[in-house]
Amino acid sequence: MKTAVIVFPGSNCDNDVVHAVSMVFGPVVSKVWHEDESLPEGTGLVVLPGGFSYGDYLRCGAMAAKSPIIAAVKEHARKGLPILGICNGFQVLTETGLLTGALLANRSLSFICDFCHIRVERNDTPFTSRYATGQVLRIPIAHYEGLFYLPQTELEALESEGRVVFRYCSPEGDTDERFSPNGSLNNIAGVINTEGNVLGMMPHPERASEDLLGSTDGADLFRSVSDWLEGGIQA
Amino acid sequence: MKFLAKILVYPKEGVLDTQGKAVARSLKRIGFESLKDARIGKFIQVWIDTENSGEALSVAEAMCSELLVNDLIEDRAIEIEECEQ
Repeated sequence: MKTAVIVFPGSNCDNDVVHAVSMVFGPVVSKVWHEDESLPEGTGLVVLPGGFSYGDYLRCGAMAAKSPIIAAVKEHARKGLPILGICNGFQVLTETGLLTGALLANRSLSFICDFCHIRVERNDTPFTSRYATGQVLRIPIAHYEGLFYLPQTELEALESEGRVVFRYCSPEGDTDERFSPNGSLNNIAGVINTEGNVLGMMPHPERASEDLLGSTDGADLFRSVSDWLEGGIQA
Repeated sequence: MKFLAKILVYPKEGVLDTQGKAVARSLKRIGFESLKDARIGKFIQVWIDTENSGEALSVAEAMCSELLVNDLIEDRAIEIEECEQ
């Protein structure tokens, strides 16, 4: 699986993603600078990593979304190929318009760095086929702006189209709002686009990809994408 | 001519403004009983060189829609004034 990790000024999880993907699949991972205008030939998965692109100035992800590389990322999406935005990468994807919604300051107004539990809401996506629907994953979050927001009618549309992929929950899978660490509406932790190839999530699967890190629950996300790409399901 | 665009960006009605809520709580705590609500936005100044104020306004509006404002969560108000530099 050829993976391209986009690096913006202020990205700080790019090496974590490179490490995690390399551990799982071998080192076919390129880092792509945000000023580049194209992705490496044969790129399968594109990852927008976590961090503080442009210092989170103006709005998280807003300026990264205007980077030269974004045109190539949008073209990758248009081809139906997989794109994963993690944390700040999720914020960038909402700012590009590839995903709907916005990430607001956590309800507690504090930066939260901790393990959390998320429930897999659907396993028919390129990113979740190795999980079972309803499976609970233990994956860390580290963010200040992670409260997923959409106006009510659009939120209802998102739900009715089944585009919520991960929801914060208790260790047993209860998605009562008290188990949302950041106050996200409907406990939303990750959403996918209508076409089903662009996923944004606040939790960090790359930080839960080996035993040493305290959880391996995130590794199957990368394995799922690899399966999907090898299956040749491409637009 | 040079114009100064004063752009006020603030959270849309109905969007949870946690900063505003926290500040309102603090204002109440220190005795401002008459306080009804507080909202927090940002104030952006940009200096624009165009032929007239109408053009300057169009440029400022384009800046807002393309980068400065996220229409999903924010509203904005723009004032244009002439300036020397």
